Amino acid sequence: MSLVARFTRSPEGLFGAAVLAALIVIALGAPFLFPRDPLSIVGPPLTAPFTDWALPLGTDRLGRNVLAELVHGSRASLLVGFAATLAAIIIGASVGTIAGFAGGLVDEALMRVVDAFQTVPGFLLALAFVSVIGASLPVVVLAIALSAWTGPARLARAEVLSLRERDYVAAARVIGMHPAEIAFRQILPNALAPVLALSAVIVAGAILTEAALSFLGLGDPNIVTWGSMIAEGRAVLRSSPFLSIIPGIALVVTVLGVYLFGEGLSEALSRRAVRS
Amino acid sequence: MQRAGKLVIRRLIGSIPVLLIVLVGTFFLLELASGDAVDAYLVSSGGGDAALVEALRADWGLDQSPITRLGLYLWNIAHLDFGHSVLLNRPILDVVLERLPNTLLLMGSAVALSFGIGSLLGIVAGSRPGSARDRLLSIGSLALYAVPSFWLGLVLVVVFSVQLRWLPLSGIETLASGKAGLDRAWDILRHLVLPVGALALIYLALYLRLMRAGMVEVWRQDFVLAARAKGLSRRRIVWRHVARNALLPLITMLGLQSATMLGGSVVIESVFSIPGLGRLAQEAVSGRDTPLLMGIIVISAVLVIVTNLIVDVVYAMLDPRVGASEASA
Repeated sequence: MSLVARFTRSPEGLFGAAVLAALIVIALGAPFLFPRDPLSIVGPPLTAPFTDWALPLGTDRLGRNVLAELVHGSRASLLVGFAATLAAIIIGASVGTIAGFAGGLVDEALMRVVDAFQTVPGFLLALAFVSVIGASLPVVVLAIALSAWTGPARLARAEVLSLRERDYVAAARVIGMHPAEIAFRQILPNALAPVLALSAVIVAGAILTEAALSFLGLGDPNIVTWGSMIAEGRAVLRSSPFLSIIPGIALVVTVLGVYLFGEGLSEALSRRAVRS
Repeated sequence: MQRAGKLVIRRLIGSIPVLLIVLVGTFFLLELASGDAVDAYLVSSGGGDAALVEALRADWGLDQSPITRLGLYLWNIAHLDFGHSVLLNRPILDVVLERLPNTLLLMGSAVALSFGIGSLLGIVAGSRPGSARDRLLSIGSLALYAVPSFWLGLVLVVVFSVQLRWLPLSGIETLASGKAGLDRAWDILRHLVLPVGALALIYLALYLRLMRAGMVEVWRQDFVLAARAKGLSRRRIVWRHVARNALLPLITMLGLQSATMLGGSVVIESVFSIPGLGRLAQEAVSGRDTPLLMGIIVISAVLVIVTNLIVDVVYAMLDPRVGASEASA
């Protein structure tokens, strides 16, 4: 049975996949659904949701369309979530592979760096990084990756340690392959599966961290994000709580979708492991 | 006890290189930040001429090479001199130590609550893996874990402070209330309910899932089969045999999570305006006080190391297998 077929047997995984697919369609379609700048003023301020059909979710303090902001906000969340995870896995898998394959002093030194990154609270590190370099989307992605790469690094190292004693690695050595080529072309691809199983958790964490950073005003100021929408709504929390509550629900649905998708995926992967 | 002592010494020595790497990292970030301590001083003091700038740079060692300055930075921190906060015009260490108790109170209560409730619910879920109760709790905990803590805090404020008016909006206690003793403790408790609740609700999901996963593992082991064969009641097997053995990984998680918890408190403290370490970090960011921010990072790292040390010692006391080989080595 293929991985896809095994995945479809998990109802949670399917639900998560459906949520993610819908979100990706919304994020990609945002410029067509709401071609105007989501930060432009379209109506009277603080229109309540479900009162005006042209503005189904109402307007915020400045009279901006909440639905348009929400739809455009999905782009930042998904982009940062996936990009930061990709960066974290590339950094982590490389460091872990080098540490595990080289061993000795290199391993020791790299693992102490991993320890150091795990000792500093990840959110504080991201906060400091963004505030020192300045808030923009690439910096936010890098800041989140910096606080998330240690998990993949540890996992990749553990995998590499068990793989490097295999016969095929010895064979590669015997035919005179360069150690770097053995590490990255022979060992790393085989060590990647458990690291990828971790990716859903990293994506979810990255989306939550991005939201928290932009909630504290450290997001890219020219982009609508769900975190900045919640922060915006906070000023009128007493009179119009919906402004903070709506983007939060979007965040919960997104992160839950990612978690469920990840659950389904790791279930499918572990079923294969049991069978083989 | 000797075993624990040796463990502590080993871990302390092991944490020295880690702390050094953290310090080099914060030094690097300080270098990256635009402007140095002299610029910051001039901004706060109203400026000065070029001669004063030169004199100050020479006096504070800022005209030296980066390597010399790194040495100076490490030397100062080794003497517990974290520098001066421009924003608050006070030594950084004093400010941080003043704010630390509030954060520890917040985190400690949240950890205790989430650990207690989370592991209990985990036992409920893990006592019959695969049952409807188990599935409900597992999905529910996943949903809780997907909630951003700051948003949950705001929702709790809307419900309990704005709508129901049961609990105070923000702060750690009523300002200038003149309360003392039990009255003051009650006041602080009322202020802590919402922020602690927001943090604990999210973190309990983690302990629930870990406890459940651990119990599923333990159910498969032979000694559980033996307990069943002896004819012990299910309740007794669940509590005395399965749950007990599944509890140890949760204690490790307490240490591993301490860094995450500290990070989470930054956002929650700003939502509820609690004058703790996290709120201080946010003030440092908005006030562009990079040395203060770096001081907070270094002190949090020390806090995380100490927490992990305590967790390791507790673990070694609970599980005699741990650390025995290290101590004899």
